[in-house]
Amino acid sequence: MAAARRERGRPDRTAFTQQRLPAWQPLLSAGIALPLFFTLGLAGLAVGLGLHFSSGTIRELELDYTGALGSNQDCARCTNASATSGPCLCTLHFELAEPFPGPVCLYYQLSNYYQNHRRYGVSRDDLQLSGDPWGLRHPAEECWPYRRDPRGQAVAPCGAVANSLFNDTFALHRLVNGSFMPVPLDSRGISWWTDSNVKFRNPELVNGSLATAFWGTSKPPNWPCAAYLLDAGNPNNTGFVNEDFIVWMRTAALPTFRKLYRRVHQGNFSAGLPRGTYRLDINYSYPVLPFKGTKKKTKKHPDLVRMAELVVHNVIREYYVPNRLLLS
Amino acid sequence: MCAGEEKRVGTRTVLAGHRPVSETDAYVAQKFCDNRIVSSKYTVWNFLPKNLFEQFRRIANFYFLIIFLVQVIVDTPTSPVTSGLPLFFVITVTAIKQGYEDWLRHRADNEVNKSNVFVIENAKQVRKESEKIKVGDIVEVKADETFPCDLIFLASSSPDGTCYVTTASLDGESNFKTHYAVRDTMVLCTHEAIDSLAATIECEQPQPDLYKFVGRINIYTSNQEPIARSLGPENLLLKGSTLKNTKKIYGVAVYTGMETKMALNYQGKSQKRSAVEKSINAFLVVYLCMLLSKATVCTTMKYVWQSNPFNDEPWYNEKTKKEKEAFKVLRMFTDFLSFMVLFNFIIPVSMYVTVEMQKFLGSFFISWDKEMYDEEIKEGALVNTSDLNEELGQVEYVFTDKTGTLTENSMEFIECCIDGHKYKESISEVDGPLKYYGKAEKCREELFLRALCLCHTVQIKEGDQVDGLIGHLEHRATYISSSPDEIALVKGAKKYGFSFLGLENDYMKVKNQNNETERYQLLHILNFDPVRRRMSVIVRTITGKLFLFCKGADSSIFPKVQQDEIQQTKAHVDRNAMDGYRTLCVAFKELSQAEYDQIDKQICEAKMALQDREEKMAKVFEDIEANMHLIGATAVEDKLQEQAAETIEALHAAGMKVWVLTGDKMETAKSTCYACRLFQTNTELLELTTKTVGHSERKEDRLHELLMEYRKRLLQDFPKNRGGRKRSWMLNQEYGLIIDGSTLSLILNPSQDSSSSNYKTIFLQICLKCTAVLCCRMAPLQKAQIVRMVKSTKGSPITLSIGDGANDVSMILEAHVGIGIKGKEGRQASRNSDYAVPKFKHLRKLLLAHGHLYYVRIAHLVQYFFYKNLCFILPQFLYQFFCGFSQQPLYDAAYLTMYNICFTSLPILAYSLLEQHINIETLTSDPQLYMKISDNAMLQWKPFLYWTFLGAFEGLVFFFGVYYLFQNSSLEDNGKVFGNWTFGTIVFTILVFTVTLKLALDTRFWTWMNHFVIWGSLAFYVFFSFFWGGIIWPFLKQQRMYFVFAHMVTSLSTWLAIILLIFISLFPEILLIVFKNVRRKAQNAPFDPPMLLSYKRMENGCIFKWKPQEVINLTERGPLRILQMQRC
Repeated sequence: MAAARRERGRPDRTAFTQQRLPAWQPLLSAGIALPLFFTLGLAGLAVGLGLHFSSGTIRELELDYTGALGSNQDCARCTNASATSGPCLCTLHFELAEPFPGPVCLYYQLSNYYQNHRRYGVSRDDLQLSGDPWGLRHPAEECWPYRRDPRGQAVAPCGAVANSLFNDTFALHRLVNGSFMPVPLDSRGISWWTDSNVKFRNPELVNGSLATAFWGTSKPPNWPCAAYLLDAGNPNNTGFVNEDFIVWMRTAALPTFRKLYRRVHQGNFSAGLPRGTYRLDINYSYPVLPFKGTKKKTKKHPDLVRMAELVVHNVIREYYVPNRLLLS
Repeated sequence: MCAGEEKRVGTRTVLAGHRPVSETDAYVAQKFCDNRIVSSKYTVWNFLPKNLFEQFRRIANFYFLIIFLVQVIVDTPTSPVTSGLPLFFVITVTAIKQGYEDWLRHRADNEVNKSNVFVIENAKQVRKESEKIKVGDIVEVKADETFPCDLIFLASSSPDGTCYVTTASLDGESNFKTHYAVRDTMVLCTHEAIDSLAATIECEQPQPDLYKFVGRINIYTSNQEPIARSLGPENLLLKGSTLKNTKKIYGVAVYTGMETKMALNYQGKSQKRSAVEKSINAFLVVYLCMLLSKATVCTTMKYVWQSNPFNDEPWYNEKTKKEKEAFKVLRMFTDFLSFMVLFNFIIPVSMYVTVEMQKFLGSFFISWDKEMYDEEIKEGALVNTSDLNEELGQVEYVFTDKTGTLTENSMEFIECCIDGHKYKESISEVDGPLKYYGKAEKCREELFLRALCLCHTVQIKEGDQVDGLIGHLEHRATYISSSPDEIALVKGAKKYGFSFLGLENDYMKVKNQNNETERYQLLHILNFDPVRRRMSVIVRTITGKLFLFCKGADSSIFPKVQQDEIQQTKAHVDRNAMDGYRTLCVAFKELSQAEYDQIDKQICEAKMALQDREEKMAKVFEDIEANMHLIGATAVEDKLQEQAAETIEALHAAGMKVWVLTGDKMETAKSTCYACRLFQTNTELLELTTKTVGHSERKEDRLHELLMEYRKRLLQDFPKNRGGRKRSWMLNQEYGLIIDGSTLSLILNPSQDSSSSNYKTIFLQICLKCTAVLCCRMAPLQKAQIVRMVKSTKGSPITLSIGDGANDVSMILEAHVGIGIKGKEGRQASRNSDYAVPKFKHLRKLLLAHGHLYYVRIAHLVQYFFYKNLCFILPQFLYQFFCGFSQQPLYDAAYLTMYNICFTSLPILAYSLLEQHINIETLTSDPQLYMKISDNAMLQWKPFLYWTFLGAFEGLVFFFGVYYLFQNSSLEDNGKVFGNWTFGTIVFTILVFTVTLKLALDTRFWTWMNHFVIWGSLAFYVFFSFFWGGIIWPFLKQQRMYFVFAHMVTSLSTWLAIILLIFISLFPEILLIVFKNVRRKAQNAPFDPPMLLSYKRMENGCIFKWKPQEVINLTERGPLRILQMQRC
């Protein structure tokens, strides 16, 4: 009895209850702290400088083809053309003073474009984009006002993001022996593998036809054609799995952003773009100067709507840094 | 509860034993509540609604509820889950904790309600559960039982119809009080007799005043007019008090359950709030302002930005129908709310739950501490509230009781003096003869010893089931008494050959030196009371001689004896008192039969008096105890508790001021104070006692003079106390103050004279400048008054009261922190305290080690929480400037939700439970370290600003670092680009790693648990991110995070950026640590406790008590030298 009482009242004597767990007590003495600190500092400095200079030595060429009002660019006429007049073709010539080792990436850049606006960002339906048959015809509420067309048909793909798909196209030519030879641009593998293979799926084919699968849906109002006609000849790159579309759908973090357009790594250009003269053919249709005729306004706010750029960017597979080339 | 308000007025009629008394009287049965005590708050059924209601009354919970509702109603950027889930978590944890506490209360209630009592029904004793007692039941209570409800005292086993009761648990008075049975029923002391009683009791409805009761009893005897007797408080036995020295009593229940006077007096212990909580609230206000201004800035900016129509509604991003239709003002308002919701994480909901968990779990370390475990009573420390752990590290004033706290309260007979001759037991010989310093006559010696043997209320208890004071174990018999002094005296007499054998049929048996048993008839006991401060017995010897023996305090005996006898004894008494002994004087007188008859008559008359009984008795006793002869005096030692002096010294060195508040007399208390080094030999004592103030009518003037004089003296010594009052102590003469109860009441409650009204402030000024204060002759309430007075001074210092007895309860409840000693005077103090320890010496570890650690832990916890949420939400705020103020969240909803409850919660919890930035041994042995955290040092605005800037700096680094990174077009090796969710994830990854590593930098005590939770949290974050991004979640509308994290970690540049940014964020912190280390090294201090960054510098807070002369030249050399010298 007495012993039992004794046991009950007596506190545990484990190291934990007595706050005596074995512990490592780092006492930063100057002898340890100073070398440690300088080593860490130097390492950090090295990483930082490396990052800085490597990004500085990237060969990068920026080509502004916005055709801002008053510029004497070829594309300026496209800017002024009315939206209804259909696609407008313009060209840009540029020189590469030194070769760009491959693979070279082409980016397009938009400025002052708020893909990260909340209202814009939520205006999409991932269920629809995953090829879900029910979701295809029942777009999410968030897609409004790009949810149903005036006839009540579901918009596929719905939402503001899809509707504003960047649709300028580019072709690159190199002057070889007096004539411009096309540079092969590869559109495969520009999106995340997981996006184009899992997250984005076309609806199941009906009678072997994607067009039939999309029957009863409507194209987004700004698009010239329906989704299944995006790259009609290539069943792996059409509809929702079109890689240009997928790249666009990954909304950018900041209002000035670049998106991967094409890569140059095939044929004669697998080693990159050699020195020489190039021509860029632009199918100009994306409205970046939306309020035509309000010349003053755009002048007043030159920052608000600036440019669409083609950035040609080369990347080395092992480590991405060295040379960037900007065509301008 | 069951007594409706309308019943409070008027009277109630109770039938004793539920027997109808006469058919003629129409008796309307009244309904009374049962005898159940309910202290629990909830039942199974109302727990949920009631608990939720109470929780949402807390301002923080209510705030989060509002945020949650806003999210549900308004279209906000984050889903309601993000704030709903943490809120649900917090509410659940709190509800579980409160439910558990209420379950404990239910159990305690049940223990009382289900305890067995005996009720007389049909002349039989029936065992019942206490809660079943109804008004009108006749209840039998035996000795040492507590009364189960308020009873009218009908009959007692003692023939004179009295019983003794202690009301210690009601009002804290532990002395015995006499209660009287109703005169006409006091003979009915068997089951059968009491059952035959037919009576009605009319009394007032219950009221809380313990000392007031008005009633009437009508006793019906067959065919006669009923006899009516009035009832007063002396007839009422209160629930909660205990029957003593009386075998059994019968009573009829009049008030039961929640209507008893005890229940009406019961007030829940007032909620004590710690200083840390106040700081938290202040910081909270700052963060709330930050939140509001952020939301305001964003809303304003949004509308400025949108004034351009292109920004307002570009062609690619048309407004929704709702937005188009809403009024502008309404839209602005919802925008404001949305921003509030977006940034609401800056006020950490989880902080409250973490703080509560830290306090609750942390308090276990106190009760587990084996160094605070006492082998003697087989108990360790007890934690009654966990809310005040950190307050233990902030104490500035310690108020301690003397008897039982500083001293053991186990009395030992040391010496006596008979007719001026000193008798002392020689220590060398056990049980040996006495060492005589001259000898008194033999007959005087014997008379003195007989007096010791007879003049007391000690009882002998056979067997070993002893409840109360253990005096002596021999032949399995034990002396028990309410006063340990009496036991010491009886045992002392035994050493000299006279032993008390017990009381048998009114005869006291005493064995004398010749081993013969003498018998004395005990005629009257003139009980001790605190006004007379003496007690007497009247006995008749076997030869028929009548004696009155009296013992009491010297000041109350000397006026009552022949003046010529005093001189020799007084010298002894004074010397003994100086030595710290408790002294008592013994006197006697022989009575003639005639005298006795008259006394007997007087006493009986007084006892029977219906009005002013107490005063009449006191007057009779006063008359009887006169013209006595002084025989001698005794000296009893109350030993100091072990290490009491060391503990007080340590508390002093830690910058605390120790005040002793005692009911004992000045000389004894003073000597105890010297013994436990509260006063040093060089301390100059200022006295404000009846001795210095005097008794005369001019005492107020004299008091005034004294106060002025002392103040002048102190002010001269402390010319400018602005230069740090603490430092000035060590350079100057130390002062101690002694004040007694009557002088204190003169100061606190001066007569109408207006000139004296500022005594209190002068007195306080004097008190605060003294290193030690001794208050003697204090009533329990005065103790609390003093504590309240100090508590309310400027700067409201943190006070701590420590005591062991019921008389200390008031000051324990009054002080910020109340500590109970699990002493010999019952459990009253420890039950009402916040913490209870077995011994005074445990205070040292409790304050210096536990208090210090808990304070550092919780302060760090609080600062860290605000910091980590600031750098969490700042990037989200900055992001608004880059997303058109569209309330786009930077982080995914899962991250927003889990940041505080999963990714960063456990490391700080583990830190706040286990951290020992300084070893416990060092803390205990180095009291000065305590001063580093005084005045809430780690939660002042300066450290708070430091943490806030750190958080803001890191938030800026995170955001703009990643912003810079995103200026590169391709982050993945094949030129693929990242989107906005990757941006947020990179920021979030840096954030989680930085705040966790920051904690790792602060951790000085790495147990395996710290390693586990810190590295485990980071691993969990990585694992969770892969998992969260690895699956298409069917319940999510948007698969935002799908493979975002996996793609992020494939990018080398992102890796480098993350590492670099973490390093940059921690850089200032590392720099500071290194800088401090180097400087410390340069000072070459041999002993340097690792300093926290927000630790207070010690220059201002250093007391050097032990070698004051060495300290004078230390001020310019800084604190570390002091530590060094102390080591020498």
